[in-house]
This record gives sequence, structure tokens and C-alpha cells, in this order.
Amino acid sequence: MTTETVGSVEASDSGPTSTGSRTTMILGIITLISLGVLVLFGLILSPADANQGEAVRIMYVHVPSATLSYVGCFLTAIGSVVYLWRKSRWWELVAYAGAEVAALFTALTLATGMLWGRPTWGVFWVWDARLTSEAMLMLLLLGYLAVRRLAADYEVRAKRAAIVGLLLVPNVFIVRQSVQWWRTLHQTPTLSLSGAEIQGLMLFSLFTGFVSITLVFIWMVIHRFRVAWLEEQVDAEGLDTAIAERRAEGLVS
Amino acid sequence: MNSCPAVTIMLSDAWLIARKDLKLEIRSRVALNQVIPFALLVLVLFAFALDPDRGLLEKATPGLYWIAVLFSGLLAMQRSFAVEAADGVTDALRLSGLTPSGIYLGKTLSVAVQLLVLEVLLGVGVAVLYGTSITGWLLLLATIVVATAAISTAGTLFGVVAAGLRVRETLLPLLLLPVLAPVLIGSTRAFEAALSGTPSEGWPWVGLMSVFAAVYVVAGIFGFGPLMEES
Amino acid sequence: MEPDDPTFRSVTAPVVHLRGAVALLGRFPALAGVDLDVDRRRIVLLRGANGAGKTTLLRALAGLVPITSGEAIVLGVDLRVDRRAVRHRVGLLAHGTGLYDELTVADNVRFWTRAARADSADADAAMARLGLDGRLSDVAVGRLSTGQRRRTSLACLLARRPELWLLDEPHAGLDKEGRDIVDDLVRDAAAAGATIILSSHELDRSIELADEIVTLGGGVALDEFVSGGDDHAQ
Repeated sequence: MTTETVGSVEASDSGPTSTGSRTTMILGIITLISLGVLVLFGLILSPADANQGEAVRIMYVHVPSATLSYVGCFLTAIGSVVYLWRKSRWWELVAYAGAEVAALFTALTLATGMLWGRPTWGVFWVWDARLTSEAMLMLLLLGYLAVRRLAADYEVRAKRAAIVGLLLVPNVFIVRQSVQWWRTLHQTPTLSLSGAEIQGLMLFSLFTGFVSITLVFIWMVIHRFRVAWLEEQVDAEGLDTAIAERRAEGLVS
Repeated sequence: MNSCPAVTIMLSDAWLIARKDLKLEIRSRVALNQVIPFALLVLVLFAFALDPDRGLLEKATPGLYWIAVLFSGLLAMQRSFAVEAADGVTDALRLSGLTPSGIYLGKTLSVAVQLLVLEVLLGVGVAVLYGTSITGWLLLLATIVVATAAISTAGTLFGVVAAGLRVRETLLPLLLLPVLAPVLIGSTRAFEAALSGTPSEGWPWVGLMSVFAAVYVVAGIFGFGPLMEES
Repeated sequence: MEPDDPTFRSVTAPVVHLRGAVALLGRFPALAGVDLDVDRRRIVLLRGANGAGKTTLLRALAGLVPITSGEAIVLGVDLRVDRRAVRHRVGLLAHGTGLYDELTVADNVRFWTRAARADSADADAAMARLGLDGRLSDVAVGRLSTGQRRRTSLACLLARRPELWLLDEPHAGLDKEGRDIVDDLVRDAAAAGATIILSSHELDRSIELADEIVTLGGGVALDEFVSGGDDHAQ
């Protein structure tokens, strides 16, 4: 076994051996069912909004994905802290998986936000505080991923990315605060659902949206983590052969 | 300070590094010959882009000023890490026995001093070229101090994240500019408040930027060690 | 910073103790299980073909390259536990100069001396020893010749007063006088209680200097034997 030679892997770090398992298969099936329920309630059973019409249905995906993009960002920060503190490769990969999935959900939020904005405001983009913060979150996550995917040794990538990941949370707070002030000092936030009370079937659809999108998020993070873990294993694999080959060089000369 | 030798060592290391960096900058004259002319060039280019007769330039002055500071400051920061990447210096620093937190503070200090010089010159440039009449001195000075602290603390930390990599020239702006977005917003709004004679609107921004700088000083002091380790 | 007291450690404990030490550069095992023991005050010559692992071994001993498996104890510090603790006690003369080109010789030597918390009088003495006093000391390093830079790097190392000297090709790029200075420095340092490990392709010169010769090949120490100089019996 090569775990000893890899060094920074802790004995307690035992990882997956394949990308699938019974539990996650069941999780996947539940996720698919919940997405079916979301389609049923979001697109068919729930009513159109008095003001926004059919466009309000985007909310059932948009709001949960916005929330989960921040959850993913927190996951990355937590994983980064634990990695720096305990040298745990397991948590480092959780941070990485979290950031990738968070970037995906941020992109989804921005896309659905723009699609929602077009019929509601008449334009794809407004400098709304929440939308702008989300765009900044995307850029911060891209920065993290750029460092994590550097063409460099694992330790270099992981340590530098962990510092960036750890700073994601304070950055997000400060960015949100500044964007909030920036907008509110000059105009009121454009996007506001406060006028319309969400209730009844719409509320239930939103709830269904939260449940199913969260399940998708969890499923994706788990699988992304497993792939990343196995990639690292492949990298560590073959070290014994490499050492034997290296020693043989000396005997020839 | 005797009660806390670790802090004394950190500060004396910081002083040593900052003095070395500033001496090096004075000797090499890269800042004088390239960074400062670049900053002034940016001011002139803005005037070309925004017709000075229509009042656009006047309205946009605070934002243009800070964009010019950010971009030319970026050059100074790139340079600050380029000198440490030269010919085995990175290894020599690791072997030196200098504390990483001291190195971080020293480099931050030298970047901050260079930024201050740049900001003063750009301020003169804006006053002369854009005809800005300067009011609200106290808020302007406070903004310059905290914004400089924020830019240099974050810039030095992300500078070392990007240091020693082939892609460092492109990676640093990608990492740093989104992070500095709140500082750009804050310093611009605070300047606008000062220049328009409503300084009370500017002080919350000074507070926000102070929090930002504090977060980055702490992160830099603790994060610089692991970052210097691998490259 | 507490001064390092040489009497604190047992004199008989080896300065370097490696058993099956593996070091990776990326995924390449540059060191593939090195065994090496070096006692205090010894002068050890590393030799081997290009790519044999000499430079990586010296960098690993300086605590710069992590040892990922095996045993590695240098100056009583377990490198696998904390490789930073050994760094300020060793002096590494590497391929890179470790100097700032824009600063003068004197600035560089004083900066690195102060960084090591050594006395600035040591910096001046080291420069004088390397023939860098006088006119040369005020010249920017960028304007020096390769050999003069090498001397400046050596002056920085000397002023640090390291307990373990790690010299990667110290003779390279130096003239006859410079090489003689290097040899004298090494002998004086060993006499003063330091331990020296050097790699060199100047075999004639180095074999005479060394107490022991270690041949590296394929990232391992192939053999370890007493040099031709019979006055250095093990």
C-alpha cells in the first residue's frame, strides 16, 4: 500500500473505492423522484403569479440554487480550514468538490436570474445587489478553482487553494455588504418579492424546489468528491514502481 | 514588548524586509521609470475615453482615480514578488530564519509605502488634469489610509499565492481584483462623499475597508507560513 | 531567538541520519531510499552522474524538499516531523545565487546576515574573507561576474555560521584563487566544529578535501567508503 509514502494522508482518511455505492444509488433515485415532484408542482399544479405571470416558476429553481451556491462556498471554506489545520486530504477534496459544485450552482443562479429578469424587468441584467453579489461569488469561486487546478504539485495546489478557500467566506460577507450599501445608497433593491406574499401551493412548490435542488447538490458533491479522490489515488498509484525504476538507474551507471 | 518576544521578532523581521524592499525599489527605479508613468498614462487615457468637456470626467473622477491606483498598484505588487522569485531567493528566504509573518508584514509595508507615493502623485495628477477641487480632507486622508492598507494586505497575501508559478502574471489579477471589489466601491463612494461635501456618507465605507484590512492582516500573518512552504 | 549550544546535543550523535529516505519531485522519486550517516566535523563528498539526486539530497537535508518516507534526522531534528526547525542552522550554497541583483554586495550580505540574526560584524568579516571588501562591496550584484556572485553567496553562508554546510558544486564558476578559498573555508569550518557535505565534479580537488565519499546513483547511495587519503581512517 502506498499510503505511507504519500505522506500527508492520515491513517484515518479512508476514502471511496468507486464512484458509486448502494446508498448513493438510493439517494440518486430519491433525487430523481423529487425532481419529478418539483416539475409536477412547479410547472403544473402551482398557479401563475398575479404580477409576474408564468415567469414566477423560475423562482422554484433560482432561489434554492442561490442558497446552495452559498452553502457550497461555506463547505469549501470549512474543508480548507480543516485541511490547513489537520492536513487532511479528505477535507481538501471536500473543499474542492464543494467549490466546483458551488460554481455550477452559481452559474445556474445567474442564468435563471437573467431569464427571470428579462420578462420581469425587460432586461437580462440589472445591477441589483443580490445579483451582483452572486456574480462576484462566481468570480471568487473561479479564482479558487484556477488555483486548485494549477499545473503544479498536489501540495502546492492544495495549500494555496486552501488559503483562497478559507478567505471565501469573509470575502463573500464583505462583498455582499458593500454591494448592498452601494445599491441602497442610490436606489432601492430592484428585485423584491416582499410585495407578493408567497403562500399556498406556491410556497409548497418552493419548498419542493429546496428539497430536490438540495438533493441534487448533495449527490453532485459526493460524486465529485469520489472522482477527485480516485484521481488522487491514481496519481499516488505506481509510486512503488517509480521508485524501483529510479533505483535501477543507479545500478546501470 | 519584552513580554512577547515572538511579536518583537516578527516586527523586526518586517522592518528588515520592508527596508530591503524599499532600498531595492529606490535602486532599481522600476517604480519611478515605469509604474508612475503608467499611472499617469491611465489618467490621460481616461480623459481620451471620456470627453472632458461634457462633465463625465468630473463625475467619474473618484472611480477613475481608484481604478488607476488599482491597476498601477497591481504592477507594484507583481514586482514585489518578482524580486523574491529571482535565482534561488525563495529558497534563501525559507532558509533565512525570518518568520513568515514578519516577511508578510514587511512586504505589505513596502507595498503600502509605494501605493501611498502613487496615490499622492495620482491625486496631484487628478487635481491638475481633471480640475478637481479638493474638499473633505479628513475623509480623503482616512480613505487613502484604509484603502491602502486593504489593497496592500490583500495584494501581498494573494501575491504569494500566485508567486513562483509560471502563470503568476495572469493569476494575480484574477484572484485579487474580485476580492478588492468592495475596496474599489468603498474608496470611490467615500471620495465622492468627500468631494460632494457630504462626508457623513463616506465614513461607513472607511469602517468597512478597515474590517477588510483587519481580516487580511490576520489571514496573512497566519497564512503566509504554509504558503511560503511549497512552490 | 536562543543561541544554539553545540554542547547541548550529544557529540557522538550523527549530524545526518537517513534510512530509506524517499523524496518526490512531483511524482518523480528523486531520492529513492537513501541511507546516509554523517558525523560531526566530517567533510563528505557526494558524487554521481547528472540526475543522480545530489542536488535533491542537499535540498532535502536543508529541509526544503520533504522526505515522504523513511527516517531523516538532521542536527537532531526529525525532518518528517518539522523540517522548518533545521533551516536556520544549515547553510545551503545552491545553483541559484540567492541574491538580489539590484542591491550591492554589501547590502546583500548584510541583509542575509541580519535575517539569520547574526552579528553584522560577521558580514564584514565574511566579505573580507571572500575578497569582496573594498571597491567590490558597493557594486550591484547584477553587475558582477558569475564567480564574484558565487563568492557573495558564500559570504552570506559564512556569515550565518551554519552548523551544517551543504555546498552544491561550490567550485563551479570560480577561478583558482576562489577554489582555494572554498577549500580553506571548508577546512576551517570543519575544524571549528561544523559538518560539510558537498557535491562536486572537481573530483581531484574534492577527494583531497573530503573525509568520506558517497556515490549517488538512481536516487540511492550506492556505496560509502573511506577516501584515498589514508590519514582519514574511519
